[in-house]
Amino acid sequence: MTGFAAIIAQTIRLSLAGGGALVGLVFFLALVAIIPFGVGPDLNLLARIGPAILWIGVLLASLLGLDRLFGADNEDGSLDLLILSGEPLILIVLGRALGHWVATGLPLIIAAPVLGLMLNLQPIALLAVMATLLAGTPAVSLIGAVGAALTVGLARGGMLIAVLVLPLVIPVLIFGVSATQGAVSDPEPFRAPFLLLCALTCAALVAGPVAGAAALKAALD
Amino acid sequence: MTVSHSIQETADAANYPAIRLAAVDLDCVRGDRTVFAGLCFVLERGQLMAAVGPNGSGKSSLLRLIAGLLRPAGGSIGLSVEDPDSDPGTDTDGGLVHYLGHLDGLKRQMSVAENLRFWRQLYGGERPVSLDHVCMIAGVGHLADVPVAILSAGQRRRVGLARLLISPRPLWLLDEPLSALDADGTELLGQLMARHLAAGGAIVAATHQDLPIAPDRTIRIEGGRGMLVAAEGASQ
Amino acid sequence: MALLTRLANPSVFLGYSGRILPFAAAAAAVCMAVGLYLAFFVAPADYQQGDSVRIMFVHVPSAWLAMFCYSLMAISALGTLVWRHPLADVSARAAAPIGAAFTFLALVTGSVWGKPMWGTWWVWDARLTSVLVLFLMYLGLIALWRAIDEPARAARIAAILILIGFVNIPIIKFSVEWWNTLHQPASVLRLDGPTIHSSILWPLLVMAVAFTLTFLTLHLAAMRAEIYRRRVRAAQLRAASPEYNRASANGPEAEAYS
Repeated sequence: MTGFAAIIAQTIRLSLAGGGALVGLVFFLALVAIIPFGVGPDLNLLARIGPAILWIGVLLASLLGLDRLFGADNEDGSLDLLILSGEPLILIVLGRALGHWVATGLPLIIAAPVLGLMLNLQPIALLAVMATLLAGTPAVSLIGAVGAALTVGLARGGMLIAVLVLPLVIPVLIFGVSATQGAVSDPEPFRAPFLLLCALTCAALVAGPVAGAAALKAALD
Repeated sequence: MTVSHSIQETADAANYPAIRLAAVDLDCVRGDRTVFAGLCFVLERGQLMAAVGPNGSGKSSLLRLIAGLLRPAGGSIGLSVEDPDSDPGTDTDGGLVHYLGHLDGLKRQMSVAENLRFWRQLYGGERPVSLDHVCMIAGVGHLADVPVAILSAGQRRRVGLARLLISPRPLWLLDEPLSALDADGTELLGQLMARHLAAGGAIVAATHQDLPIAPDRTIRIEGGRGMLVAAEGASQ
Repeated sequence: MALLTRLANPSVFLGYSGRILPFAAAAAAVCMAVGLYLAFFVAPADYQQGDSVRIMFVHVPSAWLAMFCYSLMAISALGTLVWRHPLADVSARAAAPIGAAFTFLALVTGSVWGKPMWGTWWVWDARLTSVLVLFLMYLGLIALWRAIDEPARAARIAAILILIGFVNIPIIKFSVEWWNTLHQPASVLRLDGPTIHSSILWPLLVMAVAFTLTFLTLHLAAMRAEIYRRRVRAAQLRAASPEYNRASANGPEAEAYS
């Protein structure tokens, strides 16, 4: 258990030290900032599509640091030592994914309502965005970790991760945004999509590390 | 000589279980290329085996096969603990292997102490080793708080040696352990290896240089074939 | 199962497939000709859609094969990971571009059909969107294969991704349908009306058989090409290896596909 905690702590430490987490945050801000230039400064329109913009922004910003998640370990030899430590490979993948979530996902969730204000979101929508992001972004990190494991050691790994991961996180995006819409506008449900979102995260929590460990093994051999 | 005295202490603290490493008709294929085939050897506690051969002959692959990082294309390689119950004082905690590859496994952004602390948490057993002590033995005591990014290659190598001491594991796999080490470092490596063997550990070292202590056996890998060479100082 | 074991030898596979291939190609051509004739001259034009309904005879079999091909790849992936069958990876790798092509065909014909039906080239209808995601997954897989040099390593990594996709596709399909019912566009005219009349059903079935035969022909040919490609690679590696000049033993891998 100390080993697992150490992996999470080291992942967070490295993300913060390398500035990766900060770059993700700035990217998120830049992404949200360019949307009004594209769709126009109509506050009603922005309020309507705001939750979706925030969700897509968080999704894309979460992908940024993924190529370093195992790529750095592979380059400096840590991956071999991690595997030989006796810590189960599944826990290593889980630890890296959770560390990525804490270092990259959490700051984005905290920043989301601030950016939401700029998009003219109502307080209830801000709360809903935060709640759905909190429930959904762990799944993004876990699925992303699988993508990172699949592409470890590849020259164009970073681009590939995005291409591989984006189709897989479509359900997370759908239920995240629908739950947010459900909280804002009355006839649409909140509970059902929110629970489905939680279910997706739970499924990713179980299946992600298993798939990631298998991918790491295949990539190393 | 406080340093060699400390080495003595560390080695005495470790009391390894009897291990036995056996390779039978081991084949190694990397990518689409057969690196070597038909390798056989046995290594027991207290023994040092050197793997020698030209570049690309598969010395590193042999170490990775022993570590279990690669799967053999044919034959078998097995590391077994004989009577694990005979010595209740031993502490291996899951893993039996320390691997010192040509990459050092150190995070550049973190300090020497942080790096070693991380590996101690992952490799460490029930009796934590003092990091200060280990750093001092490896001759990097004064560098504990320095980020790895600014260390020289030789200093990083010494940190790698310190990593071998943070938890007792009976089998050391050393890939070109002498590279980047100066004369003092070579002497230190020799002392560490000697203590490890005396405590009942075993070492496999891939090298193209002379090791500081004479190997019990030497395996020469060349032209896709491995040959066991009856070596100088054979203990049997 | 015994046949599968025998086919593990690529030479045996090349022998069998070489004999089957002309017949498969001929059967596909005949079926396709009959199917196209039925589709264009026998099947009646729809009283609402007119002749544009005939696109269905290409669209529906393409969509069907897009899914069939992925299922085949998933079985091949299991073959790679579980049974380590040497041809499983060749099968999956050969199937991917063909599957992507059929998926693309389904998307394009769907779009062309949509123009007269819905008045727009693209509608974010649940089915079209699901097929689009499937297309993305095919492209991602192909990109992953191309990024890894060593066939053996690429085989296992791609197999894992295929299986992840296979588990995910139903989830994606479900979520897309959920999403679609939330944002139901008013203009969509659904095709799942009552039963299809037999005058349309028969040409459709013939076309489905023709497409399947075409797929099998292409797949066999692509597998053969993949095996030859690997032999060339093995020969190149042999030529590049230092042992070659010393005329010493070649490795098992170099001979695996010869």
